[in-house]
Amino acid sequence: MHTADLAELHRLMLVARRLDEEAIALQRQGAIPAYAPSKGQEAAQVGSAAALDTTRDFGFPNYRDLGAAVAMGVDLVAYLSTHLNIWHGGLYDANAARLAPFNAVVGGPVTHAVGWAMGAKLDGTGGVAISWFGDGASSQGDVHEAMNFAGVYRLPVVFFCQNNGWAISLPTERQVAGGSVAARAAGYGMAGERVDGNDVVAVFEATRRALDRARAGEGPTVIEAMTYRLGPHSTSDDPGRYRSLADERAWLDDDPIPRAAAGLTGEQVAAAEEHAAGVVARVREGLLALRPRPGEELFTHVYREPTGALLAQQRAWKEAADA
Amino acid sequence: MPELSLQQALNLALCHACEDDDRVLIFGEDVGTLGGVFRVTDGLQAKFGEQRVFDTPLAESGIVGMAVGLAMAGWRPVPEIQFDGFAYPAIDQIVNQVARMHYRSRGALPMPITLRVPSFGGIKAPEHHGESLEALFAHVPGLKVVSPSGPAEGYHLLRQAIDDPDPVIFLEPKSRYWHRESFGPTVPAPRMPVGSSRVVRAGTHATLIAWGAMVPRCLQVAELAAEDGVSLEVVDLRWLKPIDADGLAESVARTRRAVVVHEAPLTAGLGAEVSALVTERCFAELRAPVQRVTGYDVPYPAGALEDEYLPGLDRILTAVQTTLEYRRG
Repeated sequence: MHTADLAELHRLMLVARRLDEEAIALQRQGAIPAYAPSKGQEAAQVGSAAALDTTRDFGFPNYRDLGAAVAMGVDLVAYLSTHLNIWHGGLYDANAARLAPFNAVVGGPVTHAVGWAMGAKLDGTGGVAISWFGDGASSQGDVHEAMNFAGVYRLPVVFFCQNNGWAISLPTERQVAGGSVAARAAGYGMAGERVDGNDVVAVFEATRRALDRARAGEGPTVIEAMTYRLGPHSTSDDPGRYRSLADERAWLDDDPIPRAAAGLTGEQVAAAEEHAAGVVARVREGLLALRPRPGEELFTHVYREPTGALLAQQRAWKEAADA
Repeated sequence: MPELSLQQALNLALCHACEDDDRVLIFGEDVGTLGGVFRVTDGLQAKFGEQRVFDTPLAESGIVGMAVGLAMAGWRPVPEIQFDGFAYPAIDQIVNQVARMHYRSRGALPMPITLRVPSFGGIKAPEHHGESLEALFAHVPGLKVVSPSGPAEGYHLLRQAIDDPDPVIFLEPKSRYWHRESFGPTVPAPRMPVGSSRVVRAGTHATLIAWGAMVPRCLQVAELAAEDGVSLEVVDLRWLKPIDADGLAESVARTRRAVVVHEAPLTAGLGAEVSALVTERCFAELRAPVQRVTGYDVPYPAGALEDEYLPGLDRILTAVQTTLEYRRG
């Protein structure tokens, strides 16, 4: 997407929202063991991912970035297969998708974006890395190390923090000293910007500015998208233990999807709903058709070629399985 | 043939790796202008430029995390962790990321990273500068672990590690950096597969199994034992993952006695793995339980007590005597 196309951004957000609802339903039906809902954060995820040039950029998501996968056109059945506990990292080809397998180690992959950005800079591809992480991750030492490295080397990387107010049960004010992740950018000598994370066009444009800066050799940027996790941390979480319904309802007024829809015609919104319903039906069907990978795959990808010891263990597994 | 120290041989291996593959990148703390605190990367930045050989900020997790990203972008990173004890801050990246990225991406994202770590004790270094990491890393699925015992081994094993498509933890025995040996680095070594050990001295009465700086120590022991008519075979294990179980079995099946020697503490050390592998394969041939001579289960001590901690000639000779004199029942 070259310029912010509100109708298309809304359509992508709606796909993410309806798919998120479907994933929760599948979890309640016992098809998915656990899921991390992204409800409320669609503008931050879709707006930033839609700004990428997927012929040369690369994304590093965490476990709550379904909207980014939707906007980047990733095979959603293969992407969501990890939530079905089929394969850690999912069944999709990360290189083809330009999206790393998402990571449960909070903050860890932020350094990968920095390394990837250095690789892209050395190759002169003009590619930019984007790292999606949250206010909780901003406490991790790895995020400091990543930002410092990127600042020292002036690397083409966008640190995209979705400040959704809560790291499971801990509110941002008890997580982020100084109150702003974006403000930390100054300490690393890089651009920092806070953006309304529920305004999809504002997010798109802020990300585009950061990408343009990176491509022009002007180094990294921190974007702090202020948003709100409308749902629980995960399907195992109970937000009633740490925040009030009134608090949640206040943020419902700021739901990014109705906000975007306000700028569209009724026909456009109806068409988007119809499109989303079609995607959800196809993805649901695909997910329910997934079967466990063959047991041999326990051993397949540990190394490029399995070691002798691993082959011996595979033979022992096979004998036990066949017995 | 030139006489080279281990430090020079490793330097030459890095140089040749950079010449042969322009995707090889060398980075770490002080590896550029300074050439590394042990000078293993000496002169490489001048030769290959600041893009191929570069200094990093002082942050080990960041160094290894950056290596992951570079590998994802198609580079072949050869990062250095300045000292063994500082690999611990990078453990999360090594275990949670490097070791399983190929697996979790179903082969889409290979990690051809060689992580060089000056390791082990023997130089009366400060605290956190004398750690033996091999058991920790050998336990992690997806990693390979190797340690050279001398200059020729160091050259060829480092070339092999860098060429390998999987992540390799390359543990350099600091106390051997200045040991010199004549060898021709341009003469291709016989192509030995990853995971092969090497008999460095043939013998008949017992097999000593060691790696890194304990290999020359075991050779000294073998010399002394020979004076008493005891013929010891010495095996340099070299690869600590994968371990050459067949090679070990071949030797011990002949000598029928084995002693494994390492600097790391005893409990859950790699000697336990070696002992189990030998016992599983040679139970019928063994005349005595496999003996272990190791560091003690204590934090690596200050230099003044280092010689009390490290396996010395006497302790190894005593273990040899124990295994030779062992009687069942």
